[in-house]
Amino acid sequence: MVTDSSSPDAKMRTRDVSVFYGAKQAVDSVSIDIHSEYVTAFIGPSGCGKSTFLRALNRMNDTIPSARVEGCIELDGEDIYRSSMDVVQLRARVGMVFQKPNPFPKSIYENIAYGPRIHGLAEGKQELDAIVEKSLRRAGLWDEVKDRLSDSGTALSGGQQQRLCIARAIAVQPEVILMDEPCSALDPIATARIEELIDELRGRYAIVIVTHSMQQAARVSQRTAFFHLGKMVEYGHTSDIFTNPREERTKDYITGRYG
Amino acid sequence: MSEVATTRTPAFEARLKKRYAAERRFRLAGLGAILFSVAVLVFLLGTMTFNGIGGFQRATLSVPVDFDQVGLSLPPGVSDTGAVSRALEGQGLPDLVQFSVERALGKQAAAELNSDAWRLVAEQVAEDPALLQGTHTFDLPVTENFASALAGDGHAELQPLARQLAAQEKLERSFDAGFLTRSDATDPQQVGIWGALKGSILTMIVTLALAFPIGVLAALYLEEYAPRNRWTDLIEVSINNLAAVPSIIFGLLGLALFLGVFPHMRSAPLIGGMTLALMTMPVIVIAGRNAIKAVPPSIRDGAMALGASPVQVVFHHVLPLALPGILTGTIIGMARALGETAPLLMIGMRAFVATPPDGFTNPATVLPVQIFLWSDEIDRGFVERTSAAIIVLLLFLLLMNGVAIYLRNKFEKKW
Ligand SMILES: Nc1ncnc2c1ncn2[C@@H]1O[C@H](COP(=O)(O)OP(=O)(O)O)[C@@H](O)[C@H]1O
Ligand SMILES: [Mg+2]
Repeated sequence: MVTDSSSPDAKMRTRDVSVFYGAKQAVDSVSIDIHSEYVTAFIGPSGCGKSTFLRALNRMNDTIPSARVEGCIELDGEDIYRSSMDVVQLRARVGMVFQKPNPFPKSIYENIAYGPRIHGLAEGKQELDAIVEKSLRRAGLWDEVKDRLSDSGTALSGGQQQRLCIARAIAVQPEVILMDEPCSALDPIATARIEELIDELRGRYAIVIVTHSMQQAARVSQRTAFFHLGKMVEYGHTSDIFTNPREERTKDYITGRYG
Repeated sequence: MSEVATTRTPAFEARLKKRYAAERRFRLAGLGAILFSVAVLVFLLGTMTFNGIGGFQRATLSVPVDFDQVGLSLPPGVSDTGAVSRALEGQGLPDLVQFSVERALGKQAAAELNSDAWRLVAEQVAEDPALLQGTHTFDLPVTENFASALAGDGHAELQPLARQLAAQEKLERSFDAGFLTRSDATDPQQVGIWGALKGSILTMIVTLALAFPIGVLAALYLEEYAPRNRWTDLIEVSINNLAAVPSIIFGLLGLALFLGVFPHMRSAPLIGGMTLALMTMPVIVIAGRNAIKAVPPSIRDGAMALGASPVQVVFHHVLPLALPGILTGTIIGMARALGETAPLLMIGMRAFVATPPDGFTNPATVLPVQIFLWSDEIDRGFVERTSAAIIVLLLFLLLMNGVAIYLRNKFEKKW
């Protein structure tokens, strides 16, 4: 059913991952490989388990008492649900950007510096300053905020806030960045900026983006997975999924027959 | 076209008018409520100030004392007020003062001099020993009866003399700074509020030091760590009920619990503070839990996704964001504790305490209990002193709340 999934150099690999909320199954036996060099998009109608599956990849589901994950998820060949796995370290390696921009109600500088500080990534103020500048530059926000780093992060516009959140994730030097519908709260211009940014970040980090917009998936991703009712229906090259889907359900979805 | 016209029909305009009228009525009602509260507050503060201002004054006789007449001297090395008083008492200072009044203002006036008046002279000498040479004029307190006579309240036999001395400007009411530095006494001319104020300050320190950290930690634990089960539900209900328990019950608890363990600490601010902390803690826990609940989950998620540990999430993000709300709860709880009388009566803080407490374990009384005790006295002097003590209590309350509000705003701005 799935092509391109068993290459040995995958950054993250899931095998038969199911996620339950109490007795309710939200994700059903999903096996997928995520590569560093690509942007991977998860598409599918809302409620099909995309966010749930994404949150399983950095164990954010641990914070929901009723959530239970089965199956195997590996990062660089190591099971992230094994008991010796340090969740704090895992989340530093697998960063996340949320649907609604959620900058801390602190200064722009503090927003970026927080992660490096708790992980001890910088020795002294100068190194920290350098990390903050580099992260903001990578997120394409530096020129807009360099003169007001001490202003509150919440005073920025929605699009700027989301780029701040991306910069914040980048600052801890993650290997994977998970984005859950990062543009759904933004206007088209801000959305275009984020999409450009994702394209610039491609190759440096393995990026997984959940989106409900098929155009967005087509624009930013090289691999696309189509989810439906908790199952992954089809996974492959983005161009193949959109021009030549193998599954009937995929075809129905991308031609707009439901979703 | 008829659809456009619906907003222009008379019926629609009548509805619109009604809506505006309802809005106006509502606004007026709100304004009325606020005006009423302000009026009550102004009336309360007005009468308090009007009655209490007299409590900050006392009647004094202006008396020249000629020290050269008897030649008093201080033993070398004595400078402490108590020691000076004792030394001068032994050398006959009380008689000298009494005699000076008799010579300057007559026998009848001397009989109405407050028996403690010489202590005031001794205090001033202790500050400035050079006074023991030459003649100096002192403002000396009179008896309670004479003070009442001056105010035109009873003691008709003394009123002519009082009027006569007042006309000569030998007898007058003046600001009594000593009210703020003395402690309880049996004579309203000699009482002060400092003992009770200090007792209140010490008690509040104990209450805050216990209730704030314990309340905040309990709130954090219940919100952030405790599993949701029957036990935590039970604890939650208990805490909510605790906040509603009548305060005198806490006094009984303090009596049985704390005085059972420290029986020799009756009336101590430490015990009073611990008792009030029991009462204040649930208020802080409830306010704290609500403030913590109000922190948006997205902030927690954001911090957690960066790899912050649960403790880091709590102390770097949740607690700072919840602090203004926690402080609001603390203000309410502490204000209630400061005004509390009943539980402190239970643990013996109603004793007559004539010296300010030196520490947390000395016998003490607190402002509201002092007010309660004085209000029980019938002397006119005590009535005024009671109002003055209420003003001191209100000012202390204002100061405490001011500090808390300042802190709250400071933390709010930072975020
Ligand atoms: N915290 C939760 N508790 C219980 N059920 C949940 C929770 N979050 C999501 N679900 C359910 O899991 C299913 C998948 O949700 P989600 O992963 O958010 O879908 P998507 O992101 O694709 O829209 C939905 O049916 C949703 O109702
Ligand atoms: Mg979702």
